[in-house]
Amino acid sequence: MPSKILSFTLNGRPTEVIVKPMTTLQKLLREQLGLTAAKAGCKQGGCGSCTVLVNGEPMLSCLLPAEDVEGQEVTTLEGLAHDGQLHPLQETFFEKFAIQCGYCTPGMLMVSKALLDRNPQPSRAEIVQALTGNYCRCTGYEPIVQAVAEAARRMNGHEK
Amino acid sequence: MREETLNVVGQPVLRRDGLGHVTGKTVYVDDINFPDMLHLKMVRSPVPHARIKGIDFSAAEQVPGFVRAFTYKDVPKNIYTILCLIGVGPDEEPVLAEDKVLYQGEQIAAIVAETEEAAMEAVSKVRLDLEELPAVLDVEEALKPGAPILKPWGTNYFIYEGHHCRRVRLGDVDKAFEEADYIVEECYRTSPIEHAPTETTGCVARPEPDGRITVYTNTQALFFTLDNTALILQIPFQKLHFVGGTVGGGFGGKVDVIVEPIATLAAMKTGRPVKYRFTRTEEMRVSSSRSAWRMYYKDGVKKDGRIIARKVTSYADSGAYNRHTPYACTKHAANVAGPYRIPNVWIDVHCVYTNHQPGSAMRGFGVTPASFALEVQMDKIAQVVGLDPWAVRFINAYRNGDMKPHQKVVEDATLIEVMQAAAELVGHQLPEQFKQMSSWDRQEA
Repeated sequence: MPSKILSFTLNGRPTEVIVKPMTTLQKLLREQLGLTAAKAGCKQGGCGSCTVLVNGEPMLSCLLPAEDVEGQEVTTLEGLAHDGQLHPLQETFFEKFAIQCGYCTPGMLMVSKALLDRNPQPSRAEIVQALTGNYCRCTGYEPIVQAVAEAARRMNGHEK
Repeated sequence: MREETLNVVGQPVLRRDGLGHVTGKTVYVDDINFPDMLHLKMVRSPVPHARIKGIDFSAAEQVPGFVRAFTYKDVPKNIYTILCLIGVGPDEEPVLAEDKVLYQGEQIAAIVAETEEAAMEAVSKVRLDLEELPAVLDVEEALKPGAPILKPWGTNYFIYEGHHCRRVRLGDVDKAFEEADYIVEECYRTSPIEHAPTETTGCVARPEPDGRITVYTNTQALFFTLDNTALILQIPFQKLHFVGGTVGGGFGGKVDVIVEPIATLAAMKTGRPVKYRFTRTEEMRVSSSRSAWRMYYKDGVKKDGRIIARKVTSYADSGAYNRHTPYACTKHAANVAGPYRIPNVWIDVHCVYTNHQPGSAMRGFGVTPASFALEVQMDKIAQVVGLDPWAVRFINAYRNGDMKPHQKVVEDATLIEVMQAAAELVGHQLPEQFKQMSSWDRQEA
């Protein structure tokens, strides 16, 4: 099978790359484009550390053929902060100690971003539900749930 | 007083590495790639116990992208003894298996290739000629006569200063059992536990123009790993530059020195950077786990709840090799009687080899299984004697000046104070006699 030219939008920038067949979006991002925020914790869809947004929806980049994002909008953690300003989720994860080793953090942030984009005032149950596909071995999850709730409060204008 | 003198305690300090983590800019080992980097994958034993009669690389060598295979013959000092630097032996684990394998997944041969996929394909085409041997998978079976013997010194156990187990003796348990009102016996077991860090174990070894090798690694034991790698490769320590500190979850699972020596060897022999990173399957099935434990308790207890004798026989499943389990057994022996004053104690802790994947370090290894077993045992004693579980612990709690079973005087006891505070926190009303107790004052209630 021949390689293909793939055109898509990556963190707001038009991007054109040549991809070999069987290349996953994860491999394309991490090894070809050098965007290593999305991690490769299992490469089998089990841990969520590779989560990126495709048209705003969280997707496991380890299971997604790169060719499938032709013409789509892909957002990785590298695209979350704007003009040096952290996204409220990044602030609250940092301030509320929702991070320890940091390896699950990129995936956690991206699913949380997708959640708050479609549901700006999620209940605790909705936050927990959104995070169920993402594995964290360090924190016990509670600080992550609290950081997402706090980010929602800040984005809704009820800071602290 | 506290408010005036403690101006750090209670104040949150933001993590130094936190901004890197939330922006995705923290560089983990697997984020490091070089244009000319090779990938290393391991040929592993498919069975728990076998003699290696031959390895055929001919089909693997035909895989496009294959660069080179390594066997034990390529390893200058093919012995890995994690604690050799602090004098704990014996040498017993090969870096790459020589004539036999002792667990499923044991490293036999390394293959480096231009891509990860090519390395995996080449590994799949290596033909192993193995003569499978009977495996022993249970600690007590392993100690019975007739069990397959796994170690060159002729036993399936680690030898502690000439003894078949780690022993602790205080007083006379047999005499005390005769004086006891109750005998409380139980067997406790724990399963092996995988650390399952989100980031799998890995490293990248890169030859530098000055002849040194830079090794980027997620080890939890950077300098132990440097030293062991140098010893295995028989090169001066200063030829190695280890870069680490960023670990995507460890919990003790990244303390053993597994990936670095062979990746460094491959980098030296090929002159190119080499990445050796476990797959998730390797992390789960091959990396060391917490050892499984089996602990037999026999306690002699008086009617008033006082424990006068404790006899414990424990078995740790070290798996095929030592790694940190002999050390875990020593820690276990020092802790398995618990933070209690017991005048007669008899402890045997066996470090046993089986054909399981090696056990090793994990968060309080040796001690956590002991804590589980002995506190369940304390509850059982309370039930048998008919006392409140709190009471059994207060009555037996050790205090400063008491003698521990391993003949060390207690100097830092706070058990009584911790229990008093815990009772208050959960709203449990303690009898006055326990409220008045102190770790610094042994006045019998």
